[in-house]
Amino acid sequence: MNLEQFIENFAGLFDETEPDTIKATTQFKDIEEWSSLVALSVIAMVDEEYDVEFHGDDIRNSNTVEDLYDIVLSRVE
Amino acid sequence: MAKITFHGVGIKALSACVPPEVIYNKDLGYLVPEEEIEKTINNIGIIERRIAAPDVMASDLCYKAAQQLMADNDIAPDSIDVLLFMSQTPDYRIPATSCLLQHRLGLPRETMCFDISLGCSGYLFALSTAFAYASMEGINRVLLLDGETFSKIVNRRDKVDWPLYGDAGTATLIEKGDYGDSTFMLYTDGSGEDTLKIHAGMRNPITPESCVEREQEDGNIRSDLEVYMDGMDVFNFAISKVPKSIKQLLKEAEKSVDNVDYLIFHQANRFMMDFFVKKLKMDPDRVPYCIHKYGNTSSASVPLTISSELCGKLDGNHTMLMSGFGAGLSWGSALMSMHDCKVSPVIEY
Repeated sequence: MNLEQFIENFAGLFDETEPDTIKATTQFKDIEEWSSLVALSVIAMVDEEYDVEFHGDDIRNSNTVEDLYDIVLSRVE
Repeated sequence: MAKITFHGVGIKALSACVPPEVIYNKDLGYLVPEEEIEKTINNIGIIERRIAAPDVMASDLCYKAAQQLMADNDIAPDSIDVLLFMSQTPDYRIPATSCLLQHRLGLPRETMCFDISLGCSGYLFALSTAFAYASMEGINRVLLLDGETFSKIVNRRDKVDWPLYGDAGTATLIEKGDYGDSTFMLYTDGSGEDTLKIHAGMRNPITPESCVEREQEDGNIRSDLEVYMDGMDVFNFAISKVPKSIKQLLKEAEKSVDNVDYLIFHQANRFMMDFFVKKLKMDPDRVPYCIHKYGNTSSASVPLTISSELCGKLDGNHTMLMSGFGAGLSWGSALMSMHDCKVSPVIEY
Protein backbone atom coordinates (compact mmCIF):
# COMPACT_ATOMS: atom_id res chain seq x y z
CA MET A 1 0.00 0.00 0.00
CA ASN A 2 1.09 3.56 -0.50
CA LEU A 3 0.05 6.97 0.75
CA GLU A 4 -1.05 8.25 -2.64
CA GLN A 5 -3.48 5.39 -3.14
CA PHE A 6 -4.81 5.84 0.40
CA ILE A 7 -5.46 9.54 -0.21
CA GLU A 8 -7.29 8.66 -3.41
CA ASN A 9 -9.47 6.11 -1.55
CA PHE A 10 -10.11 8.63 1.20
CA ALA A 11 -11.00 11.44 -1.23
CA GLY A 12 -13.41 9.08 -3.00
CA LEU A 13 -15.62 9.03 0.10
CA PHE A 14 -16.70 12.64 -0.41
CA ASP A 15 -19.45 13.76 -2.79
CA GLU A 16 -18.86 17.48 -3.08
CA THR A 17 -15.22 17.96 -2.06
CA GLU A 18 -12.81 18.10 -5.02
CA PRO A 19 -10.45 15.11 -4.71
CA ASP A 20 -7.34 17.13 -5.58
CA THR A 21 -7.94 19.46 -2.62
CA ILE A 22 -7.22 16.55 -0.25
CA LYS A 23 -3.54 16.09 0.61
CA ALA A 24 -1.61 14.03 3.17
CA THR A 25 -1.46 17.05 5.46
CA THR A 26 -5.16 17.94 5.17
CA GLN A 27 -6.86 18.32 8.55
CA PHE A 28 -9.75 16.09 7.52
CA LYS A 29 -12.16 17.19 10.28
CA ASP A 30 -11.95 20.72 8.84
CA ILE A 31 -13.29 19.58 5.45
CA GLU A 32 -16.71 21.19 5.17
CA GLU A 33 -18.32 17.93 4.11
CA TRP A 34 -16.82 15.93 7.00
CA SER A 35 -19.49 14.33 9.22
CA SER A 36 -20.04 11.31 11.44
CA LEU A 37 -21.47 9.55 8.38
CA VAL A 38 -18.27 10.13 6.38
CA ALA A 39 -16.41 8.73 9.40
CA LEU A 40 -18.41 5.50 9.02
CA SER A 41 -17.47 5.31 5.35
CA VAL A 42 -13.80 5.68 6.35
CA ILE A 43 -14.20 2.65 8.64
CA ALA A 44 -15.88 0.73 5.81
CA MET A 45 -13.17 1.77 3.32
CA VAL A 46 -10.22 0.62 5.46
CA ASP A 47 -12.03 -2.68 6.12
CA GLU A 48 -12.69 -3.23 2.42
CA GLU A 49 -9.45 -1.97 0.92
CA TYR A 50 -6.94 -2.95 3.63
CA ASP A 51 -8.78 -5.49 5.83
CA VAL A 52 -7.97 -3.30 8.82
CA GLU A 53 -10.27 -2.57 11.78
CA PHE A 54 -10.68 1.11 12.68
CA HIS A 55 -12.10 2.09 16.07
CA GLY A 56 -13.84 5.33 16.93
CA ASP A 57 -10.76 6.53 18.85
CA ASP A 58 -8.53 5.99 15.81
CA ILE A 59 -10.53 8.65 13.99
CA ARG A 60 -11.10 10.85 17.04
CA ASN A 61 -7.34 10.94 17.81
CA SER A 62 -6.20 11.58 14.22
CA ASN A 63 -5.88 15.00 12.65
CA THR A 64 -4.45 14.61 9.15
CA VAL A 65 -5.10 12.11 6.38
CA GLU A 66 -1.55 10.86 6.88
CA ASP A 67 -2.34 10.12 10.56
CA LEU A 68 -5.08 7.75 9.35
CA TYR A 69 -2.73 6.22 6.80
CA ASP A 70 -0.10 5.59 9.50
CA ILE A 71 -2.63 3.67 11.61
CA VAL A 72 -3.65 1.53 8.64
CA LEU A 73 0.00 0.94 7.77
CA SER A 74 0.76 -0.21 11.32
CA ARG A 75 -2.08 -2.76 11.15
CA VAL A 76 -1.71 -4.16 7.65
CA GLU A 77 -0.52 -7.73 7.83
CA MET B 1 -18.37 -21.80 20.11
CA ALA B 2 -22.13 -21.97 20.40
CA LYS B 3 -23.17 -23.81 17.25
CA ILE B 4 -26.57 -25.42 17.67
CA THR B 5 -28.58 -27.48 15.19
CA PHE B 6 -32.28 -28.31 15.62
CA HIS B 7 -34.38 -30.76 13.68
CA GLY B 8 -38.17 -31.16 13.67
CA VAL B 9 -38.80 -27.71 15.14
CA GLY B 10 -39.70 -24.54 13.27
CA ILE B 11 -41.56 -21.25 13.06
CA LYS B 12 -45.27 -21.89 12.46
CA ALA B 13 -46.50 -18.29 12.48
CA LEU B 14 -45.35 -14.74 13.00
CA SER B 15 -46.98 -11.32 13.52
CA ALA B 16 -46.06 -7.74 14.40
CA CYS B 17 -47.64 -4.57 15.78
CA VAL B 18 -46.42 -0.96 15.66
CA PRO B 19 -47.81 2.25 17.19
CA PRO B 20 -49.79 4.52 14.83
CA GLU B 21 -47.80 7.70 15.59
CA VAL B 22 -45.30 8.46 12.80
CA ILE B 23 -42.16 10.55 13.35
CA TYR B 24 -40.51 11.85 10.16
CA ASN B 25 -36.75 12.25 10.03
CA LYS B 26 -37.20 15.20 7.64
CA ASP B 27 -38.44 17.10 10.70
CA LEU B 28 -35.13 16.71 12.56
CA GLY B 29 -34.03 20.26 11.75
CA TYR B 30 -33.70 21.06 15.45
CA LEU B 31 -31.05 18.35 15.80
CA VAL B 32 -29.25 18.03 12.44
CA PRO B 33 -28.32 21.00 10.16
CA GLU B 34 -31.01 21.34 7.45
CA GLU B 35 -28.48 20.79 4.63
CA GLU B 36 -27.43 17.45 6.17
CA ILE B 37 -30.90 16.03 6.76
CA GLU B 38 -31.42 14.58 3.29
CA LYS B 39 -27.95 13.06 3.27
CA THR B 40 -28.54 11.56 6.72
CA ILE B 41 -31.88 10.06 5.64
CA ASN B 42 -30.31 8.56 2.50
CA ASN B 43 -27.41 7.17 4.46
CA ILE B 44 -29.25 5.59 7.38
CA GLY B 45 -32.20 4.78 5.12
CA ILE B 46 -34.80 5.84 7.66
CA ILE B 47 -37.58 8.09 6.36
CA GLU B 48 -40.02 7.59 9.21
CA ARG B 49 -40.46 5.67 12.45
CA ARG B 50 -43.25 4.69 14.83
CA ILE B 51 -43.27 5.96 18.40
CA ALA B 52 -45.39 4.51 21.20
CA ALA B 53 -47.67 6.76 23.26
CA PRO B 54 -46.57 7.31 26.89
CA ASP B 55 -49.03 4.67 28.11
CA VAL B 56 -48.13 2.03 25.51
CA MET B 57 -45.34 -0.41 26.39
CA ALA B 58 -43.43 -3.03 24.42
CA SER B 59 -45.61 -5.60 26.21
CA ASP B 60 -48.79 -3.96 24.85
CA LEU B 61 -47.49 -4.10 21.28
CA CYS B 62 -46.48 -7.75 21.80
CA TYR B 63 -49.86 -8.53 23.36
CA LYS B 64 -51.69 -7.19 20.28
CA ALA B 65 -49.32 -9.05 17.95
CA ALA B 66 -49.88 -12.28 19.91
CA GLN B 67 -53.67 -11.87 19.84
CA GLN B 68 -53.51 -11.37 16.07
CA LEU B 69 -51.29 -14.43 15.60
CA MET B 70 -53.58 -16.59 17.74
CA ALA B 71 -56.71 -15.37 15.93
CA ASP B 72 -55.24 -15.77 12.43
CA ASN B 73 -54.04 -19.31 13.11
CA ASP B 74 -56.72 -20.63 15.50
CA ILE B 75 -54.23 -21.15 18.31
CA ALA B 76 -55.89 -22.14 21.57
CA PRO B 77 -54.30 -20.41 24.61
CA ASP B 78 -53.98 -23.72 26.44
CA SER B 79 -51.88 -25.20 23.62
CA ILE B 80 -48.94 -22.91 24.51
CA ASP B 81 -46.45 -24.48 26.89
CA VAL B 82 -43.79 -21.76 27.13
CA LEU B 83 -44.00 -17.98 26.80
CA LEU B 84 -40.79 -15.96 26.39
CA PHE B 85 -40.66 -12.16 26.49
CA MET B 86 -37.50 -10.70 24.97
CA SER B 87 -37.06 -6.98 25.71
CA GLN B 88 -34.87 -4.36 27.35
CA THR B 89 -37.90 -2.12 27.90
CA PRO B 90 -40.07 -4.34 30.15
CA ASP B 91 -43.04 -3.01 32.15
CA TYR B 92 -41.35 -3.28 35.56
CA ARG B 93 -38.06 -4.23 37.17
CA ILE B 94 -40.05 -6.80 39.14
CA PRO B 95 -41.98 -8.93 38.16
CA ALA B 96 -40.97 -10.32 34.78
CA THR B 97 -43.28 -9.02 32.04
CA SER B 98 -43.78 -12.53 30.61
CA CYS B 99 -45.82 -13.36 33.73
CA LEU B 100 -48.14 -10.41 33.10
CA LEU B 101 -48.51 -11.46 29.46
CA GLN B 102 -49.41 -15.05 30.46
CA HIS B 103 -52.35 -13.66 32.44
CA ARG B 104 -53.41 -11.11 29.81
CA LEU B 105 -53.34 -13.64 27.00
CA GLY B 106 -55.35 -16.14 29.04
CA LEU B 107 -52.64 -18.79 28.94
CA PRO B 108 -52.99 -21.57 31.52
CA ARG B 109 -51.08 -21.54 34.81
CA GLU B 110 -49.14 -24.52 33.54
CA THR B 111 -47.36 -22.17 31.10
CA MET B 112 -43.67 -21.66 31.78
CA CYS B 113 -42.80 -17.95 31.43
CA PHE B 114 -39.61 -15.96 31.67
CA ASP B 115 -37.97 -12.82 30.27
CA ILE B 116 -34.81 -12.59 28.21
CA SER B 117 -32.76 -9.38 28.13
CA LEU B 118 -30.40 -8.59 25.25
CA GLY B 119 -29.92 -5.75 22.79
CA CYS B 120 -30.35 -5.85 19.03
CA SER B 121 -29.06 -9.44 18.83
CA GLY B 122 -31.85 -10.58 21.16
CA TYR B 123 -34.22 -12.19 18.67
CA LEU B 124 -31.63 -14.73 17.53
CA PHE B 125 -30.73 -15.70 21.09
CA ALA B 126 -34.38 -15.84 22.20
CA LEU B 127 -35.32 -17.84 19.10
CA SER B 128 -32.60 -20.39 19.85
CA THR B 129 -34.02 -20.66 23.39
CA ALA B 130 -37.52 -21.16 21.97
CA PHE B 131 -36.24 -23.85 19.58
CA ALA B 132 -34.44 -25.57 22.46
CA TYR B 133 -37.57 -25.74 24.62
CA ALA B 134 -39.73 -26.81 21.67
CA SER B 135 -37.26 -29.66 21.05
CA MET B 136 -37.78 -31.03 24.57
CA GLU B 137 -40.13 -33.83 25.47
CA GLY B 138 -43.26 -32.38 27.07
CA ILE B 139 -43.13 -29.08 25.18
CA ASN B 140 -45.01 -28.66 21.91
CA ARG B 141 -45.46 -24.92 21.44
CA VAL B 142 -43.42 -21.88 22.46
CA LEU B 143 -44.69 -18.32 22.02
CA LEU B 144 -41.83 -15.83 21.70
CA LEU B 145 -42.80 -12.18 22.18
CA ASP B 146 -40.05 -9.74 21.19
CA GLY B 147 -40.75 -6.03 21.53
CA GLU B 148 -38.96 -2.77 22.25
CA THR B 149 -39.91 0.84 22.89
CA PHE B 150 -36.52 2.52 22.61
CA SER B 151 -38.30 5.88 22.23
CA LYS B 152 -38.66 5.74 26.02
CA ILE B 153 -34.93 5.34 26.67
CA VAL B 154 -33.40 7.53 23.93
CA ASN B 155 -33.10 11.29 24.35
CA ARG B 156 -34.73 13.34 21.57
CA ARG B 157 -31.72 15.64 21.55
CA ASP B 158 -29.19 12.83 21.04
CA LYS B 159 -28.31 13.12 17.35
CA VAL B 160 -26.56 9.73 17.22
CA ASP B 161 -29.47 7.68 18.56
CA TRP B 162 -32.70 9.61 18.10
CA PRO B 163 -32.83 9.52 14.24
CA LEU B 164 -32.47 5.72 14.35
CA TYR B 165 -34.88 4.13 16.77
CA GLY B 166 -38.52 3.12 16.42
CA ASP B 167 -40.91 1.01 18.51
CA ALA B 168 -42.49 -2.36 17.69
CA GLY B 169 -43.80 -5.59 19.20
CA THR B 170 -43.78 -9.01 17.57
CA ALA B 171 -44.97 -12.56 18.17
CA THR B 172 -43.40 -15.76 16.86
CA LEU B 173 -44.90 -19.20 17.37
CA ILE B 174 -42.40 -22.06 17.43
CA GLU B 175 -43.53 -25.68 17.45
CA LYS B 176 -42.64 -29.28 16.75
CA GLY B 177 -43.42 -30.36 13.19
CA ASP B 178 -42.16 -31.54 9.84
CA TYR B 179 -39.23 -29.12 9.65
CA GLY B 180 -35.70 -29.60 8.31
CA ASP B 181 -32.49 -28.53 10.05
CA SER B 182 -32.05 -25.08 11.55
CA THR B 183 -28.58 -24.03 12.68
CA PHE B 184 -27.70 -21.16 15.02
CA MET B 185 -24.26 -19.69 15.72
CA LEU B 186 -24.15 -17.23 18.61
CA TYR B 187 -21.27 -15.06 19.82
CA THR B 188 -20.42 -12.69 22.69
CA ASP B 189 -17.63 -10.20 23.45
CA GLY B 190 -18.22 -8.43 26.76
CA SER B 191 -14.99 -6.43 26.39
CA GLY B 192 -17.15 -4.09 24.30
CA GLU B 193 -19.61 -3.36 27.14
CA ASP B 194 -19.11 0.42 26.87
CA THR B 195 -19.96 0.63 23.18
CA LEU B 196 -23.71 0.69 23.79
CA LYS B 197 -24.85 1.33 27.33
CA ILE B 198 -27.27 2.80 29.81
CA HIS B 199 -25.02 3.86 32.65
CA ALA B 200 -27.45 3.89 35.59
CA GLY B 201 -28.58 0.60 37.13
CA MET B 202 -27.41 -1.43 40.10
CA ARG B 203 -23.66 -0.86 39.72
CA ASN B 204 -24.26 2.88 39.27
CA PRO B 205 -27.32 3.35 41.49
CA ILE B 206 -30.12 5.58 40.29
CA THR B 207 -30.23 8.90 42.14
CA PRO B 208 -32.05 12.17 41.38
CA GLU B 209 -28.85 13.14 39.51
CA SER B 210 -29.30 10.22 37.10
CA CYS B 211 -32.43 11.88 35.70
CA VAL B 212 -30.71 15.16 34.87
CA GLU B 213 -30.17 15.75 31.15
CA ARG B 214 -26.62 16.88 30.46
CA GLU B 215 -24.63 17.88 27.42
CA GLN B 216 -22.35 14.98 26.54
CA GLU B 217 -19.88 14.31 23.67
CA ASP B 218 -20.38 16.36 20.47
CA GLY B 219 -23.24 18.34 21.99
CA ASN B 220 -25.50 15.29 22.42
CA ILE B 221 -27.86 15.59 25.35
CA ARG B 222 -28.90 12.71 27.56
CA SER B 223 -29.30 11.55 31.16
CA ASP B 224 -27.67 8.49 32.74
CA LEU B 225 -30.99 6.66 32.30
CA GLU B 226 -30.79 6.93 28.50
CA VAL B 227 -28.94 4.99 25.82
CA TYR B 228 -25.40 5.95 24.82
CA MET B 229 -23.91 4.59 21.62
CA ASP B 230 -20.44 5.04 20.15
CA GLY B 231 -21.60 4.99 16.54
CA MET B 232 -18.14 4.46 15.05
CA ASP B 233 -17.26 1.57 17.36
CA VAL B 234 -20.62 -0.12 16.76
CA PHE B 235 -20.13 0.26 13.04
CA ASN B 236 -16.62 -1.18 13.21
CA PHE B 237 -17.86 -4.07 15.37
CA ALA B 238 -20.70 -4.89 12.99
CA ILE B 239 -18.78 -4.77 9.73
CA SER B 240 -15.87 -6.76 11.13
CA LYS B 241 -17.97 -9.49 12.81
CA VAL B 242 -21.29 -9.89 11.01
CA PRO B 243 -20.27 -10.86 7.44
CA LYS B 244 -17.57 -13.20 8.82
CA SER B 245 -20.01 -14.93 11.17
CA ILE B 246 -22.54 -15.41 8.36
CA LYS B 247 -19.87 -16.92 6.12
CA GLN B 248 -18.87 -19.22 8.98
CA LEU B 249 -22.48 -20.32 9.50
CA LEU B 250 -22.95 -21.07 5.79
CA LYS B 251 -19.70 -23.02 5.76
CA GLU B 252 -20.69 -25.09 8.80
CA ALA B 253 -24.07 -25.83 7.21
CA GLU B 254 -22.38 -26.63 3.88
CA LYS B 255 -24.44 -23.98 2.08
CA SER B 256 -23.72 -20.82 0.11
CA VAL B 257 -25.55 -17.50 -0.17
CA ASP B 258 -27.14 -18.87 -3.35
CA ASN B 259 -29.04 -21.41 -1.22
CA VAL B 260 -30.59 -18.64 0.87
CA ASP B 261 -34.05 -17.48 -0.25
CA TYR B 262 -34.21 -14.56 2.16
CA LEU B 263 -31.56 -12.92 4.31
CA ILE B 264 -33.03 -10.84 7.15
CA PHE B 265 -30.66 -8.47 8.90
CA HIS B 266 -31.30 -6.64 12.12
CA GLN B 267 -32.39 -3.29 10.66
CA ALA B 268 -29.55 -1.22 12.14
CA ASN B 269 -28.98 1.27 9.37
CA ARG B 270 -29.18 1.02 5.60
CA PHE B 271 -25.57 1.94 4.84
CA MET B 272 -24.38 -0.87 7.10
CA MET B 273 -26.75 -3.46 5.61
CA ASP B 274 -25.79 -2.50 2.05
CA PHE B 275 -22.17 -2.99 3.06
CA PHE B 276 -22.96 -6.51 4.35
CA VAL B 277 -24.84 -7.41 1.17
CA LYS B 278 -21.91 -6.32 -0.97
CA LYS B 279 -19.41 -8.11 1.22
CA LEU B 280 -21.40 -11.37 1.16
CA LYS B 281 -22.07 -11.07 -2.60
CA MET B 282 -25.74 -11.66 -1.81
CA ASP B 283 -28.45 -10.88 -4.35
CA PRO B 284 -29.99 -7.64 -2.93
CA ASP B 285 -33.45 -8.71 -4.15
CA ARG B 286 -33.41 -11.45 -1.52
CA VAL B 287 -32.62 -9.07 1.33
CA PRO B 288 -35.90 -7.47 2.47
CA TYR B 289 -35.82 -4.16 4.35
CA CYS B 290 -38.38 -2.27 6.41
CA ILE B 291 -35.99 0.23 7.98
CA HIS B 292 -37.32 3.06 5.79
CA LYS B 293 -40.76 2.70 7.40
CA TYR B 294 -40.00 1.65 10.95
CA GLY B 295 -36.36 2.58 11.71
CA ASN B 296 -34.20 0.46 14.00
CA THR B 297 -36.57 -1.35 16.37
CA SER B 298 -33.71 -3.17 18.15
CA SER B 299 -34.30 -6.91 18.58
CA ALA B 300 -37.85 -6.68 17.17
CA SER B 301 -36.51 -5.66 13.77
CA VAL B 302 -35.91 -9.17 12.37
CA PRO B 303 -39.48 -10.48 12.96
CA LEU B 304 -40.92 -7.03 12.05
CA THR B 305 -39.14 -7.20 8.69
CA ILE B 306 -40.60 -10.65 8.05
CA SER B 307 -44.13 -9.48 8.92
CA SER B 308 -43.76 -6.27 6.90
CA GLU B 309 -42.07 -7.64 3.78
CA LEU B 310 -42.75 -11.38 3.55
CA CYS B 311 -46.45 -11.62 4.40
CA GLY B 312 -47.97 -14.28 2.13
CA LYS B 313 -44.59 -15.18 0.63
CA LEU B 314 -43.57 -18.02 2.92
CA ASP B 315 -45.91 -20.81 1.81
CA GLY B 316 -44.01 -23.99 0.97
CA ASN B 317 -40.34 -24.51 1.83
CA HIS B 318 -37.81 -21.69 2.17
CA THR B 319 -34.32 -21.31 3.53
CA MET B 320 -34.01 -18.15 5.57
CA LEU B 321 -30.93 -16.62 7.11
CA MET B 322 -31.38 -14.20 10.03
CA SER B 323 -28.69 -12.10 11.63
CA GLY B 324 -28.68 -9.88 14.72
CA PHE B 325 -25.94 -7.85 16.42
CA GLY B 326 -25.72 -5.20 19.11
CA ALA B 327 -25.06 -4.28 22.74
CA GLY B 328 -23.01 -6.68 24.80
CA LEU B 329 -21.32 -6.95 22.43
CA SER B 330 -23.46 -9.80 21.18
CA TRP B 331 -24.12 -11.19 17.70
CA GLY B 332 -25.46 -14.27 16.01
CA SER B 333 -27.05 -15.77 12.92
CA ALA B 334 -29.39 -18.61 12.13
CA LEU B 335 -29.97 -20.60 8.97
CA MET B 336 -33.55 -21.71 9.14
CA SER B 337 -35.66 -24.29 7.32
CA MET B 338 -39.06 -22.63 6.92
CA HIS B 339 -42.16 -24.63 6.04
CA ASP B 340 -45.57 -23.02 5.43
CA CYS B 341 -44.86 -20.17 7.82
CA LYS B 342 -48.01 -18.10 8.29
CA VAL B 343 -47.10 -14.44 8.42
CA SER B 344 -49.73 -11.91 9.51
CA PRO B 345 -49.45 -8.34 8.16
CA VAL B 346 -48.22 -5.58 10.49
CA ILE B 347 -51.06 -4.16 12.62
CA GLU B 348 -51.24 -0.93 14.62
CA TYR B 349 -52.03 -0.30 18.28
